[in-house]
Amino acid sequence: MPSKPAISYSHVSKNFGSLKAVDDVSLDIAEGEFLAIVGGSGSGKTTLLRLANRLIEADGGTITVEGEDVQTVDPVALRRRIGYVFQSGGLFPHLSVADNIGITPKLLGVPATDVTARVDELLELVQLDRTAHRDRLPEALSGGQRQRVGVARALAARPRIVLMDEPFGALDPLTRDALGEDFRELHRKLGLTTVMITHDMTEAILLADRIAVMRSGQLLAQGTPAELSTSSDSYVLELLRTPRRQVERLNTLLPQSGAA
Amino acid sequence: MSFPNDPRWGEALAHLPDYLGNHVRVSLAALALGLAVSLPLAILTRNRPAPRAVLLALASIVQTVPGLALLALFYPLLLAAASVTLAWFGVSFSAFGFLPAMLALALYSMLPVLRNGITGLNGIDPALIEAAKGVGMTPRQSLTMIELPLALPVMMAGIRTAAVWVIGTATLSTPIGQTSLGNYIFAGLQTQNWVFVLFGCFASALLALAVDQLLGLIESGLRHRSRLRTALGGIGIAALVAATLVPTMGRSSQSYVVGAKTFAEQYVLSALLRDRLQATGLSATARSGLGSSVIFEALKAGDIDLYVDYSGTLWANQLHRTDIKPRAELLADLKTALAKDNITLLGDLGFENAYALVMPKKRAEALGIRSIADLAAHASTLSIAGDYEFFSRPEWAALQKAYGLQFRAQRQMQPDFMYAAVASGEVDVIAGYTSDGLIAKYDLTALDDPKHAIPPYDAILLLAPKRAGDGTLQSALKPLLGKIDIATMREANLRASGNDANSSPDAVAKWLWAKVGRR
Repeated sequence: MPSKPAISYSHVSKNFGSLKAVDDVSLDIAEGEFLAIVGGSGSGKTTLLRLANRLIEADGGTITVEGEDVQTVDPVALRRRIGYVFQSGGLFPHLSVADNIGITPKLLGVPATDVTARVDELLELVQLDRTAHRDRLPEALSGGQRQRVGVARALAARPRIVLMDEPFGALDPLTRDALGEDFRELHRKLGLTTVMITHDMTEAILLADRIAVMRSGQLLAQGTPAELSTSSDSYVLELLRTPRRQVERLNTLLPQSGAA
Repeated sequence: MSFPNDPRWGEALAHLPDYLGNHVRVSLAALALGLAVSLPLAILTRNRPAPRAVLLALASIVQTVPGLALLALFYPLLLAAASVTLAWFGVSFSAFGFLPAMLALALYSMLPVLRNGITGLNGIDPALIEAAKGVGMTPRQSLTMIELPLALPVMMAGIRTAAVWVIGTATLSTPIGQTSLGNYIFAGLQTQNWVFVLFGCFASALLALAVDQLLGLIESGLRHRSRLRTALGGIGIAALVAATLVPTMGRSSQSYVVGAKTFAEQYVLSALLRDRLQATGLSATARSGLGSSVIFEALKAGDIDLYVDYSGTLWANQLHRTDIKPRAELLADLKTALAKDNITLLGDLGFENAYALVMPKKRAEALGIRSIADLAAHASTLSIAGDYEFFSRPEWAALQKAYGLQFRAQRQMQPDFMYAAVASGEVDVIAGYTSDGLIAKYDLTALDDPKHAIPPYDAILLLAPKRAGDGTLQSALKPLLGKIDIATMREANLRASGNDANSSPDAVAKWLWAKVGRR
């Protein structure tokens, strides 16, 4: 690990009744890193993500964000300095695109004119047309546009850390690909630390620096795609086999594609 | 005379500023109180299923109580509360009119506001509440910026329902002393003045529609973030309140208030008393349609200044006496007893309005019935009808006991419909009133009471404690004492039961004064 971790989980656990949603997980996410957490539904990956900004409170263990124990920080202030992209946007349906994007700066007390300027900047950053989209309500946007607004909202208060909960899951493949690439570029340009949840190993391999694999609340493995391929865990290997098989089949079915 | 040109429309219109103003004031005050209580409760219990269920159940129970009963219940409740505060803190308040009406109506408005408030807040996608938390909102910010705006359409629908209910139900606050558009309906029903009934119905329906539309305007303004629409709706409501406040602002609090119970004779007599006071240069208004038990307490508390009651009624209901004394003796005892409450029994008007068992003259002759004693032999094959209180009154118990009366069936009826019902054979006997003009109109006969089971019911004039030493008032009323004989009162009541322009209580009161004034 080259630098100090932006987020660090140490022996963290969380139970919902008798269900161990997160079971003794230790994981460091380095500053500037793009980490993907992969796992099936019910694997505890969303819970693990939400523990970082205290949308869910841990039962045991320690979580630090930028060196501070989250239990010692005001949860509202903590959330305002961590960007969060929700599954299928989570946009407020009664607020315009501009008001959705500007919400966190507004809560932080940024003057209205500065918020407006920042919103325009962000619309450009996520490649949405300023005049066409600014004053629309979320219902007037396509799924991809909504998710771009969701990303802009997460970035509005200039966070150094962004958490993403299956951000591209509900999009069609073309939009998903474009959005993934665009976000990867933003991550690099803005020097973010990004933690993204996905159930799609292909997406994780293509976007992330490192991948953490969760199953039944436990962290099975973590590392670069290359490191994971040497894992001895059968579930991890099974997860990696799927994209490989897809590539092989695609190559057979689409001989002229030239992609592989 | 054609219906649209009926002068009673003009008379109804003249009452409108007073009735409408009072109606709007009590309705909006009740709605405001209801909202001030229900909305915070809806917000507080939105995430607490157990208290929420209890609250909704309580509100539903309130809703199942008929509006009239709920209003009636608040009067004794407040009366008791007022005597407690008087004993403990030395301050008392009026349990009459505005306060009980407003509290009962506020309670009535709670269910739709609570239910829609809770439904609206609970219907919000949990992912959005999570998102509100995720972008860094405090619980209060989440409530005001996200949850309340999203629940607004459902909540406003509840508020609009409550407004319509309250405005409609407020017409029932007349019997507990709150002037409202119900005064038209109660007075119209009692004096068969259908113009008044229609006028009251239309006026309250129009008011409900107007308020509903104005609230709708506010709602759509909030929803579409149109300041113009919100402002227009707000201005509309404010204008309505202002318009109804203005006409009554200048009303003198020194004005004498004449009370009247809920039947035609009382409407006529209160109009007569009011006219007499005004003729002497005193400012006076009539407060009519008051419930029989409410009116005495209202006099005692000074909420009204004077009214006409009947000796037998007070003997049984206020003194709780079951023995029956001769007329003069009963009046003297009553006067002494009332004086203990500082109530002045000024004197009797000269006629008696007693309960009497009444049946068609021809039928009575055919059966050979002349007195209640004769009736007892036939009673088991006959049916009897009485007003809403008769069968629970001591007179009925006394009659049954004295003559051994056992009827085949007994029914309760609106007093004005009883006479037509007995005349048409719908029922065989009714417990009517001796001063009622309809006895002559339908060719009925009042049966003798040889055992004097029914106490005397002299019409007597009562003055509130605070008017005990009021010489001007007393000398203005003295000319009426002993002047109205039973035949004159019957004729007046018959006129009042007509359905034309000369049958309004005001017109009949003038006729009555013309007749007795020179005596």
